[in-house]
Amino acid sequence: MATATQAPDARKRERSLIINKLCKEYRAGQPVLRDVSLEIESRGLIAIIGPSGTGKSTLIRCINRLVEPTSGEILFRGRDMVALSGPELRTIRRHIGMIFQEYNLVERLSVIENVLCGRLGYVPVWRAWLRKFRAADIEHAFQLLDAVGLGDFANQRADQLSGGQRQRVGIARALMQEPDLVLADEPTSSLDPKTSVEIMELIASRAAERKIPTIVNMHNVDLARRFADRIIGMSKGAIVFDGPPLALKDSHLLEIYGGEGWLE
Amino acid sequence: MTAEISAGRPRQWQRFSLPERIMRSAFYLLVVIAVIWSLRTIEIIPEFLYDAPQQTVDLFVRMWPIDWSWYPKVVHPALMETLHTATLGTILAVAVASVVSLMVARNITRSIIVNTIGRFILVATRSVHAMVWALFFVALFGPGALAGMLAIAVHSIGFIGKFLAEAIEDAKPGPIEALVATGASPLAVLIKGYWPQVKPAFLAIATFRWDINVRESAVLGLVGGGGLGMALDTALNNLYWDQVGLVLVVIFAVVIVAEIATAWIRSSIL
Repeated sequence: MATATQAPDARKRERSLIINKLCKEYRAGQPVLRDVSLEIESRGLIAIIGPSGTGKSTLIRCINRLVEPTSGEILFRGRDMVALSGPELRTIRRHIGMIFQEYNLVERLSVIENVLCGRLGYVPVWRAWLRKFRAADIEHAFQLLDAVGLGDFANQRADQLSGGQRQRVGIARALMQEPDLVLADEPTSSLDPKTSVEIMELIASRAAERKIPTIVNMHNVDLARRFADRIIGMSKGAIVFDGPPLALKDSHLLEIYGGEGWLE
Repeated sequence: MTAEISAGRPRQWQRFSLPERIMRSAFYLLVVIAVIWSLRTIEIIPEFLYDAPQQTVDLFVRMWPIDWSWYPKVVHPALMETLHTATLGTILAVAVASVVSLMVARNITRSIIVNTIGRFILVATRSVHAMVWALFFVALFGPGALAGMLAIAVHSIGFIGKFLAEAIEDAKPGPIEALVATGASPLAVLIKGYWPQVKPAFLAIATFRWDINVRESAVLGLVGGGGLGMALDTALNNLYWDQVGLVLVVIFAVVIVAEIATAWIRSSIL
């Protein structure tokens, strides 16, 4: 909220992300990410494509430090994420929304409470514990549920929803953070083709409406072409393509995925 | 078809190899030796067994008719004391065990030293029987319900803490990761991420342990822990068999009621 009063270029700077020579080794000598450098400007939907196990998930989890980078720099809101810890790290994390492949809702909580969990980085613990969320937060949560088409489901338990509905709750929870960056890790990989398109439409439209830069990992090249403003292709832990969807040619896909029988 | 292909020698199949068979035979032999050895050690005197059926019948005859008039005076207050002992003991144990289970659960506490300290507390409390704890607390605080309650509480910590820690470790990591990503503090993650996942197990464990504790506290009076056991002890010492019968019937009834109550609570949680 405080950011609304700042100059537009300050806001722009807050929403940009710069990754410098990021490396990650889960086991010494076996790098999953090799010197990844990336600059994400202040808006747009960026799709990261690449085969399974190529480090897409690790890259996006390094950004909000769910995974500890081995070396490198991640600059966001003027801070190096890699150097932060404790309360400072949590304060930055609350500006980064995240959407997961398996939705990761707290299943025994109601839909509205799952959305309100997006405020956990802002509200004091006792408020969360006693379910005394601020009236403005509750109103915002209801608005978001309406926006993702689940207005009538607020008091249902999350485990009663279908996959597509759960992902909508996941999106609402991420937006509840009023994020300056949204990370989505394979948000449609557990969904059927029709629901996948609907979910991508929702993510893309919210990102555009609120001008939030959004990074989406995905398997589906067609979905990436259809929704992304920019596509990043990864192979073996390194970036091998970076450009607009129209520039992505079969030769690039060959380099990203290998083989060619599937490129019909 | 396959038989034709491998014509010549029929193929052999045996479930166990020769060394395995020798090991198995040795194991059975060991069991027989252990049984014989144990029987010789406890020195059963056959003469005492011959009139056991008669003694049993005798005991029941002496208990009959049950002295119901003794119930309002002595047994009812003792029964209430037993239930209160079990309930308070369980609540105290749940409170302590909750903290210890957080120390033990490896997804919460990443320090092996703290894990080990917690695990030691669980093993130490559980491996000493409630009767022995009761003897200890009777020596400390004198006989009565307080000693019984503490014995119940301390002995239950290990049981509750162990199962609670397992329930916490079984919590799905996905929702936890999601809450961490929102910038939630560790305490908020505990309350909103772990607690909803652990709650059903928590209630099931607590009620189940209460059920066990009702049974245990009913006999703790034998060593001075108060409650029904105290009444039983008095009746036995006075050889008032009709009163002994009454206490046994009451214990039996309470155990059944506790069993039904906890089964009902568990089925309505899950």
